Amino acid sequence: MKIHLDRAKCTALGVCESMAPEWFEVNEDGDLDVLVDEVDEGQRERLEEIVRACPTAALSLGD
Amino acid sequence: MSAPFEFVVVGASLAGLNAARAALQHPSAPRVTVIGAEEHLPYDRPPLSKAVLKSDEHERPALFGSAELAEHEGCTVILGATATGVDTAGHVVRLGEREVRYDVLVIATGATPRTLPLETPPGVHTLRTWDDAVAIRSQMRAGGRMVVIGAGFIGSEVAASAKERGMDVVIVEALEVPLARAVGETAGAALGSIHGRHGVDLRLGSGVIGFEGEDRVTGVTLSDGSTVPADLVVVGIGALPQTSWLDGGGIEIDNGIVCDSHLRTSAPDVFAAGDVARWDNPLFARHMRIEHWTSAQEQGSHAAQNALDPGAATAYSHVPYFWSDWYDSRIQFVGVPSGTPEIVDGSWDAEAFTAIYREGDRVVGALTLNRRADIMKYRVLIAASKTVEDARALARDRAEARALKAARA
Repeated sequence: MKIHLDRAKCTALGVCESMAPEWFEVNEDGDLDVLVDEVDEGQRERLEEIVRACPTAALSLGD
Repeated sequence: MSAPFEFVVVGASLAGLNAARAALQHPSAPRVTVIGAEEHLPYDRPPLSKAVLKSDEHERPALFGSAELAEHEGCTVILGATATGVDTAGHVVRLGEREVRYDVLVIATGATPRTLPLETPPGVHTLRTWDDAVAIRSQMRAGGRMVVIGAGFIGSEVAASAKERGMDVVIVEALEVPLARAVGETAGAALGSIHGRHGVDLRLGSGVIGFEGEDRVTGVTLSDGSTVPADLVVVGIGALPQTSWLDGGGIEIDNGIVCDSHLRTSAPDVFAAGDVARWDNPLFARHMRIEHWTSAQEQGSHAAQNALDPGAATAYSHVPYFWSDWYDSRIQFVGVPSGTPEIVDGSWDAEAFTAIYREGDRVVGALTLNRRADIMKYRVLIAASKTVEDARALARDRAEARALKAARA
């Protein structure tokens, strides 16, 4: 499962980082980095929660 | 066949939407009814004071899952309907003459802007809804002079948006220090000074005693007797929980709907979420009512899950988070603003800084100005009940990381 980040929507509010610092980090330039290419299917529920928690709806999940 | 399980949500904004979505995804497949006072499906409010005011073309900001809610066959959305009361014994919500029966009720009616106890001529606005934002924006097109009453976060964002559109902007604030309740006095003064750096006049200690103009506002009269000329006025002096419709209904109210740590109200089968809820946050061992996007979003689904799985209900433990964008600056805060903050990175008069808040040895809050990379690292520390010393160490690491990056550049 892949995490898609819409950079046009993301303003690096960082909610995702606080929920999963192992997958997301706001970098020194103030932009969000997705730190992993692929996430195990078993993590879907947790990722869906993070997607919903994004204040700018910048995250989505793909295969 | 038994009657379907009725899951009713009063309030159709972020918390209400997320309560409804969680219920619709629940395996018990309850029948869901969402009742909203506005005519619109749930939309996103944070852009109303920023992007929406800055661009005439900006449409009503979408909220994830809102359109799907209306299309879902298990969901009935009743818009433009004001709830007028709850019969907690009979399990019924009243909308005037109409009654909606519930098995479980989630109240997410939000907050409503405080207003001044004064006669207000046309051209004096509050900002909470899409309709409010459109009304303000349409009058911003003419340019001229805006007076913002209240130097809180909404007022400051409106002021910054108006300035960006080329208006002359004055902010009048009754208190001597802005934002003191939100971030404390030291930090409030530091943030207030951002306005001056962008050519917006912030007048502190200035109460408003009246307005000039009859057909249209022409000025704001201050407590010292002076008048500030105005073509448009926005009042941003905070919000009150939307609970008056519950008066006398048997649900305990005290600056919001009083909830336990599970977001349960004092009435059986009734939960609350979002700006209207004052719940017992176990992480800080105190009741809190907060008007932030993140807590509204999370509480909506948390309340729904607790309501539908009472046997597996969990406490809602939360590190509050809010952000505010003024001019080209981002302010972010996590936790609770106890006591006097300590600067751990930068300085109060700099364009970027980090300050922490403590209770005893524990770090309980952090405020950053233009430190997007840092704030959530503090949120993680606060969630784990770490110490002030841990937070200072983090600040040193962050400063080092920035120095390394600067050296590489």
